[in-house]
Amino acid sequence: MFPRPIQQSGQAAQWLYTIALPVALIIWLFPLLGVALTSLRPASDLAQGNYFGMPSGIAWENYAYIFTKTPIGQYMVNSLWVTIPTVVGAVSLSLMTGFALAVYGFRGNILVFFMFVAGNFVPFQILMVPVRDMTLQLGMYDTWYGLALFHIAFQTGFCTLFMRNFIKALPYELIEAARVEGVAEWRIFWFIVLPLMRPAIAALSVLVFTFIWNDFFWATVLTQGVDSQPITAGLSSLNGQWIAQWHLVSAGSILAALPPVLMFFLMQKHFIAGLTLGAVK
Amino acid sequence: MVRYTKGAVALSAAMLLATSALAQDKRVVTWNADYDPIPLAAAEALIADFEAANPEIDVQLNNFDHEAYKNAIRNFLTADPPDLANWYAANRMRPFVEAGLFADISDVWADNGLNDALASSVLSSTIDGKQYAVPYTYYQWGIYYNRDAYKAAGVDLPADGGVSWDQFLANCEKFKAAGIDCVTTGSSALWPVAGIFDYISMRTNGYQFHSDLAAGKISWKSPEVKAVFDNFGKLQPFVTANHAAIDWQDAAALLVQGKAANYVMGNFAVGVFKEGGMTNDNLGFMVFPEITAGIARSEEAPTDTVHLTSGAKNPEDAKKLLAYIASADAQSKWNGAVGQLPTNKNATVDAADPFLTAGFQALSTATGGIAQFWDRDADAEYAKAGMEGFQQFLVQPDQLDAILDRLEQTRLRLYPQ
Amino acid sequence: MAADMTAASAAPRRARKWNQRSIAPWLFLAPGLFMFTVYVLWPIVQSITLSFYDWNGLYNKDGQFTGTFVGMGNYAELMSDPAFETSLWNNLKWLVLYMAALPIGLFIAIFLNQTVRGIRIYKSLFFFPFVISQVVVGLIFAWFYAPNFGLFYLLTEKLTGQGTAILADPDLVTYGIIAAGLWPQIAYVMILYLTGLNNVAPDQIEAARLDGAKGWRMLWFVVLPQLRPATFIAVIVTVIGALRSFDLVSIMTNGGPFGSSRVLSYYMFEMALGEYGYRMGFGAAIAVVLFAIMMVFISGFIWKMWRDETER
Repeated sequence: MFPRPIQQSGQAAQWLYTIALPVALIIWLFPLLGVALTSLRPASDLAQGNYFGMPSGIAWENYAYIFTKTPIGQYMVNSLWVTIPTVVGAVSLSLMTGFALAVYGFRGNILVFFMFVAGNFVPFQILMVPVRDMTLQLGMYDTWYGLALFHIAFQTGFCTLFMRNFIKALPYELIEAARVEGVAEWRIFWFIVLPLMRPAIAALSVLVFTFIWNDFFWATVLTQGVDSQPITAGLSSLNGQWIAQWHLVSAGSILAALPPVLMFFLMQKHFIAGLTLGAVK
Repeated sequence: MVRYTKGAVALSAAMLLATSALAQDKRVVTWNADYDPIPLAAAEALIADFEAANPEIDVQLNNFDHEAYKNAIRNFLTADPPDLANWYAANRMRPFVEAGLFADISDVWADNGLNDALASSVLSSTIDGKQYAVPYTYYQWGIYYNRDAYKAAGVDLPADGGVSWDQFLANCEKFKAAGIDCVTTGSSALWPVAGIFDYISMRTNGYQFHSDLAAGKISWKSPEVKAVFDNFGKLQPFVTANHAAIDWQDAAALLVQGKAANYVMGNFAVGVFKEGGMTNDNLGFMVFPEITAGIARSEEAPTDTVHLTSGAKNPEDAKKLLAYIASADAQSKWNGAVGQLPTNKNATVDAADPFLTAGFQALSTATGGIAQFWDRDADAEYAKAGMEGFQQFLVQPDQLDAILDRLEQTRLRLYPQ
Repeated sequence: MAADMTAASAAPRRARKWNQRSIAPWLFLAPGLFMFTVYVLWPIVQSITLSFYDWNGLYNKDGQFTGTFVGMGNYAELMSDPAFETSLWNNLKWLVLYMAALPIGLFIAIFLNQTVRGIRIYKSLFFFPFVISQVVVGLIFAWFYAPNFGLFYLLTEKLTGQGTAILADPDLVTYGIIAAGLWPQIAYVMILYLTGLNNVAPDQIEAARLDGAKGWRMLWFVVLPQLRPATFIAVIVTVIGALRSFDLVSIMTNGGPFGSSRVLSYYMFEMALGEYGYRMGFGAAIAVVLFAIMMVFISGFIWKMWRDETER
């Protein structure tokens, strides 16, 4: 193990480490802590210039305010409307593409695979004008499904890379054996491979959920109003209205951050497994 | 009848509903707008009056979110054009006119005597000799000041007609000594600096020169422009530091708190000042000081307009509504409700509002001309380049030569000589 | 007779099987490939085409495209465009400084790679910044840097007597935004290295320890070589993160003051969809340049993957 386990060091070093951990964490998360505290600070404190001192009280009303006086609730619902279909769509499509690329040695296999991988790294800007124009022409501009369809297509690139490598690592003999038995290809996919894919599906679902929930660029390009804007774009436009009202900006930020954070804590193992794919051989 | 929609789908759904609800043989005029709540209520009242006078016409207003509208109009003019659409005068309407999306309404102007009644807005409504817009409201720009800040720094309050340029700069020295920003602005969105520049430019060289500058006809290396920046440079040390990182509302807070004394702004800011706690007692307004003696005073007054679209399904009735919107009665009522100024010279304003009366007074006596604001007078790309230059000059005055070189390059590219 | 029959029916069945196996992959690929072609591949072609046009995004009332062909005009304009030059330089700054995420991320990973009580919670909390949206990160740092009351401003005021408003300063603004971007990026790199460290072969470490290697030498000669896969992924995601730096610029400064914090991704958006923009062709040309830069890295990545695939 590297570095040498702290238990093998002297007592002093161990004490030092025990103290250093929380201190480092607080420094590391300092900006976030500041915002969390500000989100509970009464507006009157900010007006009096008390930004960092003791708050005069805990103002849950900041949260009540943004829920009742601004469409932030609607924005969060919109985000779900975009995020959940995207997760379902991208994972389903990539299960199939991943299966095709992992199991069949057809001509052009590697080419198609690399195309998915390369597409995944393309800068968004090269897609922006045509995708926006097409979405407009199809009458899907400013709708959750217009945004979700694009996300599904784009995320399929990354998800295919993931699924394909995952299926490749499964024991191929299973598929061989089924074929000898004369099982149809789609049944192999459905009854043999799919049940083994649960961890991959879980990992990809949390990852894609986080990516899409946090997407700002496409939300800005493909939606514009309260009816369909996701929370990221909504928060940005609310920020334009909440000039100098940092208690509201903070509360909004915390709310926007909450779902992915919860997702991460609930599904931590899968999340990290998905993210670190390829970091170990 | 008013509908509220945000998106294209909802819009077409509303249209479908509208046609089916139309069994009563009324002729429909559709109107897409971008009103905030107060102007929206005023527009509803205007429509009700019009429908009462024309019972055979049904006006359907589709209201959009203000910011979203800038984007939406580019789509619906092609995909699903209403009869009328809100927009802005001068160069802001040019792309739509050139793409053939706004219709020529010179006949509405001629038949209703608008060339006389809307005299101050003829130029900004005209492209290539034809009118494409009906202006119905505008608001003045000028200097809003905090009387308490003047008192705190021991500076004499400006007289009714404002102060002279030298006096203004001398005041600034006193404010600086008292630790108060003489002039504040928040330029993170760029446009507020253009207000200051426009005024200094108009006061230095006059309206026509400024207008030519915005139209790309004047070299940034000319001595006249140099003179503008000399005057701008005199003001520069007294402008709020770090203005580039704050919004105009943040700067409004500085004025409200008395940390700043003057703010070159549009009349829409009065609402923000008053929300912050200012009253007619400590909030003052004056016109921007005269710089070059003898130049006819011109003012900045951005105009909002309504346009007939080329895809209009009922242009005849739409033109009737346009003529009504241009009328003195309709404008007095709409602007009275919203707190802005009518463009029809026969209309009246609320005498109880000191800022409106001052604005009406300032604009109706502005013999030099009425500018629309830098980003409406100049072509979009040119406007942006200019505003970045103005902002940079306020942050780095020593970079003036580089700024002017760059602006001149942009000019030569956009307007090949 | 019976044997004849089985032989006769087996042949077509095998043919059908073979047939099924050659068609099946394409059926499985079809939906994904279709979506990907429509939304990713085809738009790339369209953007490249559009970059040779001057178009303000409008169609006329008959729905016809109103652009005009300008050949290399947009690219020629880019060559002498100071804003493009600023954006390129800033992109370079992003690329170089973003690489700091690697050593810092590795350092934190080593710091956290212990088995003490509660370490798992610590690891998750350290990872936090990556999970939250860049919009939120941007707002947090904008507040941190805010003139007059932001913590950073107050700190510099204490230290130097004169507060520094990073986002108003044309020379510092880009560094301020990069610092904000590094925060989640370091967290990402950290988690990659933590996973990598978990998989470092213990016997090699022990062997090196017996040979007297420790500290830096151990890290450099024994651990880092084993972390190569993690380093490779970390470099890739960091490069992509640096070139995609749209959200933070948009939230924190809108490219200002006077365009000093523009990067290509933001400049493209500004030109194509910004309030004073709607120059779709010019925007497309910027996107093509960005695409070309990214292509260098993508090709490298694909090349390495291809090598790995063929080695297997």
